Amino acid sequence: MASSSKPTPLLKDELDIVIPTIRNLDFLEMWRPFFEQYHLIIVQDGDPSKVIKVPQGFDYELYNRNDINRILGPKASCISFKDSACRCFGYMVSKKKYIYTIDDDCFVAKDPTGHEINALEQHIKNLLSPSTPFFFNTLYDPYRDGADFVRGYPFSLREGVPTAVSHGLWLNIPDYDAPTQLVKPHERNTRFVDAVMTIPKGTLFPMCGMNLAFDRELIGPAMYFGLMGDGQPIGRYDDMWAGWCIKVICDHLGLGVKTGLPYIWHSKASNPFVNLKKEYKGIFWQEEIIPFFQAATLSKDCTSVQKCYIELSKQVKEKLGTIDPYFVKLADAMVTWIEAWDEINNSAEVKTSDKASEAGPK
Amino acid sequence: MSQVIINDNEVDIVIGALHSNLTPFMNEWKSIFSRFHLIIVKDPALKEELQIPEGFSADVYTNSEIERVVGSSTSIRFSGYACRYFGFLVSKKKYVVCIDDDCVPAKDDAGNVVDAVAQHIVNLKTPATPFFFNTLYDPFRKGADFVRGYPFSLRSGVDCALSCGLWLNLADLDAPTQALKPTQRNSRYVDAVLTVPTRAMLPVSGINIAFNRELVGPALVPALVLAGEGKLRWETVEDIWCGLCVKIVCDHLSLGVKSGLPYVWRNERGNAIDSLKKEWEGVKLMEDVVPFFQSVKLPQSATTAEDCVIEMAKSVKEQLGKVDPMFLKAADAMAEWVKLWKSVGSA
Repeated sequence: MASSSKPTPLLKDELDIVIPTIRNLDFLEMWRPFFEQYHLIIVQDGDPSKVIKVPQGFDYELYNRNDINRILGPKASCISFKDSACRCFGYMVSKKKYIYTIDDDCFVAKDPTGHEINALEQHIKNLLSPSTPFFFNTLYDPYRDGADFVRGYPFSLREGVPTAVSHGLWLNIPDYDAPTQLVKPHERNTRFVDAVMTIPKGTLFPMCGMNLAFDRELIGPAMYFGLMGDGQPIGRYDDMWAGWCIKVICDHLGLGVKTGLPYIWHSKASNPFVNLKKEYKGIFWQEEIIPFFQAATLSKDCTSVQKCYIELSKQVKEKLGTIDPYFVKLADAMVTWIEAWDEINNSAEVKTSDKASEAGPK
Repeated sequence: MSQVIINDNEVDIVIGALHSNLTPFMNEWKSIFSRFHLIIVKDPALKEELQIPEGFSADVYTNSEIERVVGSSTSIRFSGYACRYFGFLVSKKKYVVCIDDDCVPAKDDAGNVVDAVAQHIVNLKTPATPFFFNTLYDPFRKGADFVRGYPFSLRSGVDCALSCGLWLNLADLDAPTQALKPTQRNSRYVDAVLTVPTRAMLPVSGINIAFNRELVGPALVPALVLAGEGKLRWETVEDIWCGLCVKIVCDHLSLGVKSGLPYVWRNERGNAIDSLKKEWEGVKLMEDVVPFFQSVKLPQSATTAEDCVIEMAKSVKEQLGKVDPMFLKAADAMAEWVKLWKSVGSA
C-alpha cells in the first residue's frame, strides 16, 4: 500500500541523534530547527580533557574516553579511539528505538527547488515504511507519495518487510576513497537523485556512516563500527565493516535496508594523503573481505541479531584470521561488543518478530 | 570517463505497430529516430494499412513477411505486442531500441528533451556493476564515481546487455493499481541509471527498452502469452516473463541489466478498470513464477544466450509445466525461438 500524505511523526521521544566529535559542534546551529526537539548523544573522541561546547538549547548527554572506560571497564577495548568509529558507543548506551547518526561536517542541503531538506524527517519516513528486498521495483520505493509497485511486481511481495536501516547520501564532497580523491580532487556531487530504494537481498553495499539512521531494536547490536584508529592498522573502514555485517544479518532475518534520500551537504574534504595511509590496508583486505561476506551464511538457529553477530564473529576469526591477526582481534572485539551491549541494555536477546523472518521467500 | 560515441550503423529501432497510424508517433520522435534505421512490424491482427510519414529509413514487415521467414507451423505468436519480437529477430544490428507507440519524448526537470535512444545506447555501451551496489548509482556517469568501500577488482564492471527505461505521466502500473488510483501520474524525474544487482529479480517493462542483440538477443522470448491477451499493456505479461528470463541469463553469463534513465512520456490510453478482468490472469501467473525464477539454476555448460534459453525452457517445462498449461506452451515457444533465431541468423 502506498503511503498517504499524512504528516510524518516526529518520534522525538523515540529517536536519539548520535554525533561523534573531536572538534566542536558548531554545525548544530544550522540543524537547530530540525534537531532541537531530539535528544543528542555526543561521543567525544580524542583528548578527554578538552571541553566540547554544545550550543545552547540542546538536550544531550556527552561521553568522552574517560566515561567510556568507566562505563565499560575492560570491555572498553572494543570501542575505537581516535576514530569516529567510537560513535557506536552512543548506539549502545541509547535507550531509544531509533538512531540517527551524522558527522560534524555535514550540513543541511537544499533540494533542486531550493528548499532546505529535513534529513531526519526523510530517514523517519524511510524507517517507518516497509522495504522490498525480494524483488526490485523499477519505480524505486513504492511507498513514497506518487510512486507504487509496477506491473509485474508480485502481489504476494507487496507487503514488504520492516526497514532496519536508512542510508542517506551527500551533496558536495562525495564519499570517495583516497585514490579517487587524489585523481579527482575537484569533483563534487551535484546530482540530486530523487529516489529511495531497497538494496536487494543478497547484495552488499558500501555503507557510509555520515548520514545514517537505523532501528536500534531491529539491528542495533550489529551496528558495531569495529576497531579503527589509534593502535589499529586500519581506518576509514568502520562504517564499511558495519555495513557488510548488517546486510548479511538483515538478509538472514528478513529485514530491509534502504538507500538514497535524504541528502545532506558534506562540507569538508579530508586530506587524501592522510586517508590513503588509513585506508591502505583496507584496499587490499577488502578484496578478500567482500567475497567472505558474499558467501557468509548463518545457521537457522541464529534467530536474534546477537546470535547472528556472534556466529559471524566466529566465521571472521576462522576465515579472515588467516589474512592478518587484526581480524582475530576484531572477531574478539565483536564478541566483547555484544557482551557489552547486552550488559548495558540489560536485555534478553533482541528477537526479531516472527513476521519479519517469515515475510517473503527465503 | 571517455565519451561514448554512438554509431548510427550499430542501432536498429524496432517499432511494433499495433495501431495503423504511426504518423503522430514517428513525427514526435523524428529528431531522435531519423538518423537510425527503423524496423516496423505490423501486428498481424491489424487490418488497416500502415500510415508512415516521410523522412525515415524504415523496413516494414507485415504478416506475409513474418510467415515467409518463420513459416506457418510455429508455436510463436507474433500478434499484439509480441509483433516487435519479429523485429528483434530480423535485425542485423548490435543494439536494438524499442519504444511503445503511445510514448513520446519526455523532458527532464530543466526542460530539455530527453534523447531516449542516445541514453539507452550510452547505458549499453558503458559497463554495468552487478556484483556490488554503488550508492552513487552509475559510477560511469559524469560527475559520479565508485564510492569509498567499493572493491577495486569490481570496478571495471561487465558488459551491459539490457537497458530498462522509465515513464513519466502514465507509469507502467498494473490494472488493479491504476484502477485504485485513477488520477496518479508519475511526475518524479529520478536522475539515475543503476545496475540491477545479480540475483535480484525485476519486472522489465517492454514499453521503453534497449538491448545488445549480440549478447542476449535470443533471450528476449515472446513466450508467455495470456489467453485473453489484449492490445493494452495492462492486458499482457509477455514482457515481464521475458525480462525475468533475460535477467537469469544475464546473471548466469555475468552480463549487466541497467534500470532508470531514459524516461519517455507515456500517453493515456484505455481504461484500467476495463482491463482488470483480462489482467487478473497475468497477476495470478506471476505468483507462480516468482519462486521458480528465484531458484532456477543454469548449468556451467550453458555459455551463450541460446544455450541458456534452451536450458531455461527445460526447467520451465519440468517445474512450471504442471502448475499451468500456459507454461508448457511458453517452454515450447522458448525452444522454438532459439531454433528460429539460429536459422534466421544463419540465413
